[in-house]
Amino acid sequence: MNKIEAIDVNFFYGKFHALKDINMQIEERTVVAFIGPSGCGKSTFLRLFNRMNDLIPDTHLHGQILIDKHDIYQKGVAVDELRKNVGMVFQRPNPFPKSIFENVAYGLRVNGVKDESFIRQRVEETLKGAALWDEVKDKLKQSAFALSGGQQQRLCIARAMAISPSILLMDEPASALDPISTAKVEELIRQLKKDYTVIIVTHNMQQAARVSDKTAYFYLGEMIEYGDTKRIFTNPEKESTQKYITGRFG
Amino acid sequence: MRKPFERIIEGILACSGYITSVVIILIVVFLFREAFGLFKSPAVEEGYTIALNRTNKVSEDQFHAQTLKLVFDSEITNWSNLGGADEEILLFRLDDLTNYYSEEELGSNLENVPDCINKLVDSIPGIIAFIPKLYVASNFKGRLIEDVAITPKDFLAGKEWFPTSTPSAQFGLLPLITGTLWVSLFAILFALPFGLAVSIYMAEIAHLKIRNIMKPMIELLAGIPSVVYGFFGLVVIVPFIQKVFHLPVGESGLAGSLVLAIMALPTIITVSEDAIRNCPRSMREASLALGASHWQTIYRVVLPHSFSGISSAIVLGIGRAIGETMAVLMVTGNAAVIPTSLLEPLRTIPATIAAELGEAPAGGAHYQALFMLGVVLFFITLTINLAVEQITKQQKS
Repeated sequence: MNKIEAIDVNFFYGKFHALKDINMQIEERTVVAFIGPSGCGKSTFLRLFNRMNDLIPDTHLHGQILIDKHDIYQKGVAVDELRKNVGMVFQRPNPFPKSIFENVAYGLRVNGVKDESFIRQRVEETLKGAALWDEVKDKLKQSAFALSGGQQQRLCIARAMAISPSILLMDEPASALDPISTAKVEELIRQLKKDYTVIIVTHNMQQAARVSDKTAYFYLGEMIEYGDTKRIFTNPEKESTQKYITGRFG
Repeated sequence: MRKPFERIIEGILACSGYITSVVIILIVVFLFREAFGLFKSPAVEEGYTIALNRTNKVSEDQFHAQTLKLVFDSEITNWSNLGGADEEILLFRLDDLTNYYSEEELGSNLENVPDCINKLVDSIPGIIAFIPKLYVASNFKGRLIEDVAITPKDFLAGKEWFPTSTPSAQFGLLPLITGTLWVSLFAILFALPFGLAVSIYMAEIAHLKIRNIMKPMIELLAGIPSVVYGFFGLVVIVPFIQKVFHLPVGESGLAGSLVLAIMALPTIITVSEDAIRNCPRSMREASLALGASHWQTIYRVVLPHSFSGISSAIVLGIGRAIGETMAVLMVTGNAAVIPTSLLEPLRTIPATIAAELGEAPAGGAHYQALFMLGVVLFFITLTINLAVEQITKQQKS
């Protein structure tokens, strides 16, 4: 079943045409990687799925984005409800200036959960799910800034998971991390596939090849090619894709 | 060609650095030197002395500015209260002389006055006399108390500021410092909620166009001379308060607080608005991406993140309020009494210095007392600045 569907998506920053006629279907419980050179529109496209681009003034969208068959840009859609269902992890770890525990509990609290024992249980679950529990279980009250960059990023993933979204958007989640932390995050992404639909933007070709089921290649605001990761990396249809993945430009 | 030129420039820069530092140190040293002369100054008016009966055994240490005042105000009426014999205190000032002696006895040119005083002091055991040194006879039989000092306790715990009081001027800090803190505290209480609200509105809610108009206007407020604020307070706020609260006079702590609140607003708004805007976008996005509303994001993430900036805004506001002189001088009524309500006139430390320095003889006790007030003000602001530094440090770690 298609979890996400993009139909004739065109997106503008003021007069700049950032995304051109994009059509895409994303199945449930898969990992999709967006690759492409900087400025090709892949992050912009990703940020359409939780309406993060709404925050940027003077932008507009033509076309439809359906999640579970519902147009999320229709009038009357509650954006905070949408964002509860579509979690996001950012390029740089961005924990709140709060304790480790409160960081994970934040999403629950802003969504009105008052039951402390449920919050405790959920925090433990998600920290375990993010493979962070053993490292932080003795210092949950400490500031999240005391963690290493990799731990912070896994904390941010846990934070996004805590409110049980069905989709996780990851905007270059490992680009600010060292190789060992990157490996841990990638392992985590493979685990997440069981429960979530994951879309990951990455500059790292090997990473896309390692973690994703499908890959989309973007260039200058257009989606050049989209298909099974294996095929894209071994037998791309378009020359531009071929050039990019073999590192001849970009 | 270049090297010597660069050296000269460097030399000039270094010099200006040194000169600035030295000037600042000199000012502080000057302030302290003038101020601490206060405790070496005599508490009794110059040219006058205090005389007791020779049988009076009260120790000289008992006599300092505050006790002298209490004795002469008849608040202490028995020597036993000062550790002496159980004897009524009899006050004697020069004017009282005619109660004891006729004009003939004093002589037509007052030539017998020293003798008369001598006899009088010798004959009444409970007497305390405040007399000019000129009239102390060479064979004076009473006890003279020469070194009545102003003690640090007189200054720090003194409840009265009355520099022209006789026999002993009163330099009590309490009414002035409570006045200062009282006005500043309420100024901040008025200004903070309002200032914070405006800065949140400008940083988070207002349309960019509105903000671009509002911000320069608020910054303009900071450029208005304080005397203009004082004038505004005097002709608008003071009569308003008088009318609303049915007071005999509108000049009050409340008027001062309101004027100071208006003056502190631009500082509070601009500094805290900057702090709020400096909250990284990634932090906001993280919160919004978790389904938090705009308002939840503001009070759960943005405000805690800008906490140190906002607290420095508060402290800068307090600093402005505590040090402000002119406007407060104009609207608070300047009664040096310990305030019990906001609707009473009160007087602040800076206003006191400004109002009285002109009439205080240079080098005298009054003059030194005013410098002492300066020292107190210096320590208040120093403490506040250190406190802020501490807050900011804790926030960072």
